[in-house]
This record gives sequence, structure tokens and C-alpha cells, in this order.
Amino acid sequence: MHARKICKIMDKAVSVGAPIIGLNDSGGARIQEGVDSLAGYADIFLRNVMSSGVVPQISLIMGPCAGGAVYSPAITDFTFMVKDTSYMFVTGPKVVEEVTNEVVSDQELGGALTHTKKSGVAHGAFENDIDALSQLRELIDYLPLSNKDPVPVRQTSDKIDRDLTALNYIIPPSSDTPYDMSDIIKAVVDEEEFFQIMPDYARNIIVGFARLNGQTVGVVANQPNQKAGCLDINASVKGARFVRFCDAFCIPLITFVDVPGFLPGTDQEYGGIIRHGAKLLYAYAEATVPKLTVITRKAYGGAYDVMSSKHLRGDINYAWPTAEIAVMGAKGAVAILYRGKTQEELLKLQAEYESTLCTPLQAAARGFIDDIIMPSTTRRRLITDLELLSTKTQHTFNKKHGNIPL
Amino acid sequence: MFSRSFVRGNFLRVPPRFRKAYCNGGNLKTFDKILIANRGEIACRVIRTCKEMGISCVSVFSDADAQALHVRMADEAVHIGPSVATQSYLNVDAILDAISLTGAQAVHPGYGFLSENKEFAKELAKRGVVFIGPNAHAIHVMGDKLESKRTATEAGVNIVPGYDGIVQDSTEAVKLAKEIGYPVMLKASAGGGGKGMRIAWDEKDVIDGFHLATEEAKTAVNDDRMLIEKFIEKPRHIEVQVLGDEHGNVVYLNERECSIQRRNQKVIEEAPSTFIDPVTRQSMGQQAVALAKSVQYNSAGTVEFLVDPQKNFYFLEMNTRLQVEHPITECITGVDLVKEMILSAAGHKLSFTQDDIGINGWAVEARIYAEDPVRFLPSVGYLSKYIEPSQAANEMIRVDTGIEEGSTISMFYDPMISKLVTHGKDRSTALTTLAKALDNYCIKGVTHNIPVVRDIISHPDFISGDISTNFIQEVYPNGFQGRKLDERGTEILIAAASFIHIKRTNAAPAFCNQNRQMKSAKDDGSKHILFLLIGGDSYKVEIEENHDTFFANINGKQIKILSEWQLGNAIVNLSVDDVKETIHFEDRKGQTMDLRLYGDKYSVQVLNSKQASMNEHVPQKSKDSLAHILKAPMPGIVKSIVCKEGDEVEKGVAIVTLEAMKMQNPLFAPLTGKVKTIYVKEGDSIAEDDLILELQV
Repeated sequence: MHARKICKIMDKAVSVGAPIIGLNDSGGARIQEGVDSLAGYADIFLRNVMSSGVVPQISLIMGPCAGGAVYSPAITDFTFMVKDTSYMFVTGPKVVEEVTNEVVSDQELGGALTHTKKSGVAHGAFENDIDALSQLRELIDYLPLSNKDPVPVRQTSDKIDRDLTALNYIIPPSSDTPYDMSDIIKAVVDEEEFFQIMPDYARNIIVGFARLNGQTVGVVANQPNQKAGCLDINASVKGARFVRFCDAFCIPLITFVDVPGFLPGTDQEYGGIIRHGAKLLYAYAEATVPKLTVITRKAYGGAYDVMSSKHLRGDINYAWPTAEIAVMGAKGAVAILYRGKTQEELLKLQAEYESTLCTPLQAAARGFIDDIIMPSTTRRRLITDLELLSTKTQHTFNKKHGNIPL
Repeated sequence: MFSRSFVRGNFLRVPPRFRKAYCNGGNLKTFDKILIANRGEIACRVIRTCKEMGISCVSVFSDADAQALHVRMADEAVHIGPSVATQSYLNVDAILDAISLTGAQAVHPGYGFLSENKEFAKELAKRGVVFIGPNAHAIHVMGDKLESKRTATEAGVNIVPGYDGIVQDSTEAVKLAKEIGYPVMLKASAGGGGKGMRIAWDEKDVIDGFHLATEEAKTAVNDDRMLIEKFIEKPRHIEVQVLGDEHGNVVYLNERECSIQRRNQKVIEEAPSTFIDPVTRQSMGQQAVALAKSVQYNSAGTVEFLVDPQKNFYFLEMNTRLQVEHPITECITGVDLVKEMILSAAGHKLSFTQDDIGINGWAVEARIYAEDPVRFLPSVGYLSKYIEPSQAANEMIRVDTGIEEGSTISMFYDPMISKLVTHGKDRSTALTTLAKALDNYCIKGVTHNIPVVRDIISHPDFISGDISTNFIQEVYPNGFQGRKLDERGTEILIAAASFIHIKRTNAAPAFCNQNRQMKSAKDDGSKHILFLLIGGDSYKVEIEENHDTFFANINGKQIKILSEWQLGNAIVNLSVDDVKETIHFEDRKGQTMDLRLYGDKYSVQVLNSKQASMNEHVPQKSKDSLAHILKAPMPGIVKSIVCKEGDEVEKGVAIVTLEAMKMQNPLFAPLTGKVKTIYVKEGDSIAEDDLILELQV
């Protein structure tokens, strides 16, 4: 009965184009009802799947959510959890102990911290029920009601040409020194407001919603503070899912690039960085929303291609003067190109490589970036470009659906 | 672009009486090009005067400073090496190369670095380059604490009782300490600015202090010779500015009181001193001049004295350079000290005599440091917001700084952000302006000491002038814990938080292109009913809105709030019951916003009536205790760990030394217990918040 009730409201929401928000706090299936309850679950799952990309779907886990029930939140666009009071897992601690002899608590196995930091199942954790509900309202304010509704535009008093001189000096003189990419994002967007999705998971990539001149945009950015901003398995998957959400709901994408490449190592290769990295590549290539890219510093190798490059139909791609767009960093490149040279010669060649290849000039000469801009003009340019691209249409071949490397 | 962080106008607004002094040598020939062998605010300060005098400037810079303000302000800039000061700003060869490369005729050393390095001065002389500072002999004599003491004695200057020689080891130090009588002070012969200095109250202190100070002196100035002397209790630190020329003339430009210090580094300075009467002033001044004359002093210099409660003054040391706190002397005398240094370096005579120097009003300087105000530990980072206070028509505010919005405070150099100087017709005017300027000073990205400075200047003892160098230690024995919020402060916080909250809720549904229906945020259609939580206290506020004017009812009290604040602005100027106040909006997370009032940070939670009624049912969480974990309070290098796993340690005992910002920072055991795990080893370079060790609970 409960499942039917849920299905009814979901059907109604899709028919009128209203977002679906699920507040999950349930002991699970009624065992007495047997297969009927399983059918009820599946009915909901099916609707989650059918509504995916039609209306935004958000789950908020406020209590237990175990067994089959977890697959509804898993399919929705965003899953949030309340700290300490909520948990979700496929099999609970008792069964885990029987089967594997692992002793683990509810919270350790499936609490908010586990899912926002380790598993990446949840997209955010809130302090309590009140905090969770009010922050969900903030998120909803960024999202369109359905894939047919326009992306929200809000009145703002934040000036288009606000002074951003500070950004001219944010990139440290040494290209090995990290900085905090979120400082750049906050400076560029309206009113310093940025709603981060998955802030504690795969922190080497930042994704979230913000506004530019009132209009919602999705921001994707490498974080040089964490793992030097490298793309790894988790970051690629996090980024890819976010890009696809934005594309599904026509939310323009702003990408800030400072990526030295994909993270090397056996962990990554055995874990399948090839196919996981491909997800982000696929998502960007497939997206037809306006795509604006700003390369702040490094854009090396395959990761350059992946991060919303011109080659993947980036609409407008900018580079800051500090950009280094190349196949790899100077040190590595010189070591490969000039094997056997003395240390002194290598240093000289490295300096030469840095001044000729680690710059935005080569890419600019070929039209792979549209302009080299002063960082202080970033906000103004992005806003004007969004205006220009507001009528962008792009068609893809007729097909049932693509086959993203899942 | 550069003029922004220059002096805000008016310290050179000189009354006629002083104009002659200031106008000294407007057209006198000096140099065509000067190299400034320094960085940060002092480099910018020197460049400003050079530009006024029509002299072109050369800056030098390290890797970390490639984009620094002093580099962009200069006409030319030369890279002199890696970020570490010993390889750049202290690298004499690199600086000499920069001089020959640019053809600079003279060098201004600023303060610190090579300013009191006689070898550097000699090298310059060899090359025919003028050192803008005193002669090498004066630097040599005054730079050595032993020699300076002997010279002072000979010149008839009062000195502190102590041992006349180098202390060999801690055993000798203990013996000498007994002879002199506790308390004693251990200090590096070549040290300065508090580096390599320790006070000892008993034998244990002497032994610990001797090792720490030696170590510090070695890293800071590469000279670990130590001195010992009597430590004067409740002393005031008062210093006399002197100015001399090559023709044997020396004048004193009155005193500066620098008693407000933490860890032997000055925080607040003022000129003149509340404690000094004209007779003492004259006698201190005359001794200072006598000392300067005894070494043919020919530049700007400072003679530091300790003054005891009976107004006996003792010679401490002479700094043969421009002092950090020189602006306050400039304010009250109208003399541009950098200009005078340049003129006398070029061989010109002082154009004024002692009789021309008077005292015009009162000036106060606050040093704004990037540091944690509780424990005074340095903080580093990118300044995402930096807005200097602006001055009203009748105010005089001067901000000397080497940074601007977007600059980075690095761990390589002194963490000073700026010197905030105010000048007024009397002390209370200068202090009022300073308080207002501090409230309007917005710095985001690093922790800073504005809260503690703001608190010090409103402390009754400071206001009455009853201070000593122990002030900070006595007033904040456990570090600065933030000020207690009074009724008015609470009202201002409530007013600001409610105003911001309502502006935000009003903006939320202000869509231009949506057909979604948003419910009015007002509870009964006309009023907002809000519940605010500040530090455990709850307040119910009813607010009626009329454009930018709000009428609030806080627990029965009516308050009128007026503001033009808009979302995204860091500074909230508002009037509460027609009195203007300034609040800083730092950050927001959910319903909780961080606001700064009088420099202090407060978290204010704002709930609407529905949320508040639900809040009662929210289970209270027990805070996870992290008291047994020692984390790095700042990035740095682990110098020493004096315990090992399994050791019993006592709460408050220094167990780890972390070297950061050129300082040896002791880290104390957070509680008494057994050491469970040590996560670092000596020599490790660690980041802020990294785990150092864990105690058994």
C-alpha cells in the first residue's frame, strides 16, 4: 500500500514536471507481505529510473535505510544524509558478522561519514533534520523544476564587472605550489555562494552549483590542494555524474582546470582508471549544454582533453597567462626526450621546454583556446559568454541511447 | 594600482611650525637610483619616499615574492634567489650582483635582514655604493650587546646590572644567574626582535631557556653567543628616536612607548609616552644623543630603554636602523625619517636643530599580524579578502603594508600584515580612530590579531596608561579568549544577523523566470519571527520590514536597524538605534553565520519560528573529545620531540618544538597521560592540523 502511494505521487510529479524529494526513514520491507513488498520496491525503482533526467530527484536519508530500500536513493540524482541518526547499507552489521566475522556498528558500516567520505554513496551530510531540510531548500533553489523548465535566474545585486584583481596573484609563482581552487570559484560566482556536492569525497575535484549573474551554473574544478588536482577513479566518477546531471537539466557547465594528469599507480590501474576516467570524458563529450572552460594552470596530457576541452565541444575555452598546456610537465618530458644527457644540459633543456611548450600560446595559436585572459576579467567574460550561449542548440545523432563505459 | 596601499594622505599634513623640518632639502641632490634590500611593507614604505624625491627604485625579490607588491611598485626588480631568506634577502653576494646589474648608487636596507650587518656595509663601501644607514663602526659597536654596553657606560648612559661577557654554557649561566639574582634574562649577543631571548625565574628556566635561545639565535642570525643580565620587573619599554648627519649633528625626535609586547615582539606602540614627563624626556633624549655622538652616528637610529615604575631608565640597546614603528614618530614630529636618512647618507647636513622638534598630537600604531590571537602562533595563507579602513575627513589613518587582496602570507617571512597608524590631536582621539579603523579592517584567509589589539586598546589599564611589558601576559595569562559580549554587543549581533537573514530569505524566491510559488518568509504576513542562538543563549526577535529600515523587538525591547548591505558584501555597515556600527560577515553554513564584532568572531544561528519549534526535538549531540590529540597549529618543521611512546607526560609541559616563521614554537602536552602514538619524527615537515601525537585517555 505504501509503495503504491509513493508511486502515485511520483507519477503525478513527473506529469506536471515537479521535482521529487524522498525523505527516507524506514525499517525496510514488511517481511509478512512477502513478494508484494518486493514488487512495491521495484515499482518505485522503475519510476526512479523513468523519471531520471525528467525531474530532479533528491533523497534525504533521515533514519534507517537498509536492504532493497537503498536502491531508490541510489538511483536518484542526489542522496543526502543526516549525521548520527541515519544509516544505509545493503546488509546490516548482524549479517555482516555472521558471514564475514567483521564486527562493525551501524554508523561505521553505513553512517553519514562513511558514505560521504569513503563510499561516495551520499552527496552530503547535515548536522540534524532541520539543517538538512533547510539546506535542501537551498539546493532546490538552484535547480530547474524539470527538464522542460528553464534554469532558474534570480535577481542579484552582485556586479558583472566586480573587481577581481586578487585573482591575478592567486596562482603561486612556483608551479608545484598548491592553492585552494575554491577561492577562485567563490570570487568568480555571485555573492560568494557555492553549494558543493560531495564536499568530502574525492576532494581532488570540486563540483557544485553556483550562480553567475543570477543564473544557475554547474561548476567542475580540479583542486590542486588535494593530490595535486590529479584525476583518479573517484574524482572521475564524481565529476562524470555531476556533468551528466547538469546536461540532463540544461544547466551550463563552468570548468576550472588545473590538472597535472591522471593519478599514476597500481591501485589506480588495477581499479580500472581507464574505464572510470573514460566516464568523465564521455560525459563531457556528450554534454550539449553551454560549456565554458578556464585553464588556470596545468592542463597536461589526456586530462587536458578530458576537462571540457575544445576538442570535446567546449564552447568557449580560456586560459590564464599562468596556464601550462602540454603533453606533460617539463621535467618528465625532458627526461624522456633527451635520455642520456647530463644533468646540466637537462636543466637547460627543461627551462627551454618550460618557456616554449608549458604556455598557453601553442594552444592559442591553434585555436584550442579562444583567448588568454587576465584572471581579473574571468567573471565578466563568463557572464557575457553565458548570455551569448543562452540560445545554443546542438544536435546529436538519433539513437536509443549511448553506451557510457559504466 | 599601487597607490592604494600607500599612506592615506595626511601624515605629512604638517603644521607650519614643523614645516621647515619636513621640507628639508626638497631640491638637494641625493641619488638617481636606490636599491632597497628588503621586502614587504618596509620596502614599499621606502619606495614611496624615493618616488616623492624623484629617485628611481630597485626592488629585490625571492621566489616567494615574485608577485609581491614591493616588486610591482619599484621601477626595476631583480630576482635574488629562493624563498628561504638566507639564500635571498640575506644573501649578500646576490644583492651585490643586483646592485652592479642595475647601477644603483645607494642601498636602503630597511629593518631586519642586512640592516645591521656591518660586513654588508663594508662590502658596499668597497664598491663605492652608499649604505643608507649609519657608519660601519656604529653598526659594529651597537650590534654587539657587550660592546654597546661598554660604549654606553663610557658615554654616561644608565645601564642594567648584569655580567659583562659571553656565557659559555648552561652551567655557567646558572652560576651567573645566582650572582645577579633572579629573575634574569638570557639573550643572544647578536639577536634582536625577540629572537634568541628567554627570561628565567629559576634554575630550570635558565637551563631550558639557554638551549632554546641558543638554538634560535643560531638559526636566526647564525651567532649563538649568549649574554645574561638582571631582568627588571614591570618595566616599560620606551625608546628614543635619534637622527644624525655626517657633520656631527644629532637630534632626538622624542620617545615611543612600545610596552605592549607578546613574546618580546611589539604589538602596539605610541608616541609620545603617557609615562614620560618633560624632564625625563629631556634626560633620556640627551643620553641617547650622547651615545649616538660617541659613535659618530650619522643616520636614523633608536636607543631603547627599560623604564622602571620609579622612572629610572636603563639602556637596553641601540638599533642602528629604521624601526618598524617609525611612523608614529613621523606623525608627531612631521619628519619623514626615510627622507632624512637618504639626505644624510648623501652627506647633507640636518636642516633642523633640537629646538625645531616638538610634539604634535598623539600617534598610535597597531601591528596587524597573521597569527592566532589565542596563542599568538603565526598563520599563513592566501588573503581572499583584504579591505583597509578608509578615513573620514577629520581622521588620520595610515596603513603601511606590503600586501594587498590576493597576496599570500608565506611561512618564510615575518607574519606581519600591516602597521595601522592613527594620529590625533590627543591620545583619546588617536585611540578612538584606531578602534574605528580596526572595526573596518577586513582580512579574510588568515587568522589575525585584530581581536586582541581591539581588546587591548579598550582595556581600562591601557586607556589610563598603566602598562608594562608584562601587560599581555598579565591580562591574558591563558592567551586571549575573546571578549565578553555585553548587552549592546548582543543587540548589534542580533540586529546584523536578522538583517542578513531577512535579506537572504527575501532574495531566495526572487526568480525572474520561474513559475514556482514561494511562500512568504514572514510568519503572519507582516512580521518575521526569528529565534537567534548566540553562544548558548536564545533570543526571540520580531521584525517589521520597511525597505532598508527594520524595526526589531528583542525580548520586549524596540530597536531600529538601518542598513544598505547587500548579499555578498563582507562588511556590514548598519545603524542600530541611530548609532553606526560595523560588522563583518565572514561565512555562512546552513543557518549559522559567522560574524565579527569589534574583531571577535561569533557564530549566530538564525531559525524561523517553525524551525525553532522543531529544534526542541532535535537530539543534543555529545561532542567527540579530541583533547588527547596534539595537532600541528601551523605548518612547520619538527625540531625536537622530547618524549617517546609510552612516556608519561604532564599537562602543559613542552613536548615538541616546531620551527615555523623562524621561531622555535614549543607545543605543550594537552593533558596529563601516557603517550600512545607519535606520528612524526624530528626533521619532518608538517602541515597545519597534521597529527603529531596521541595520548592515552
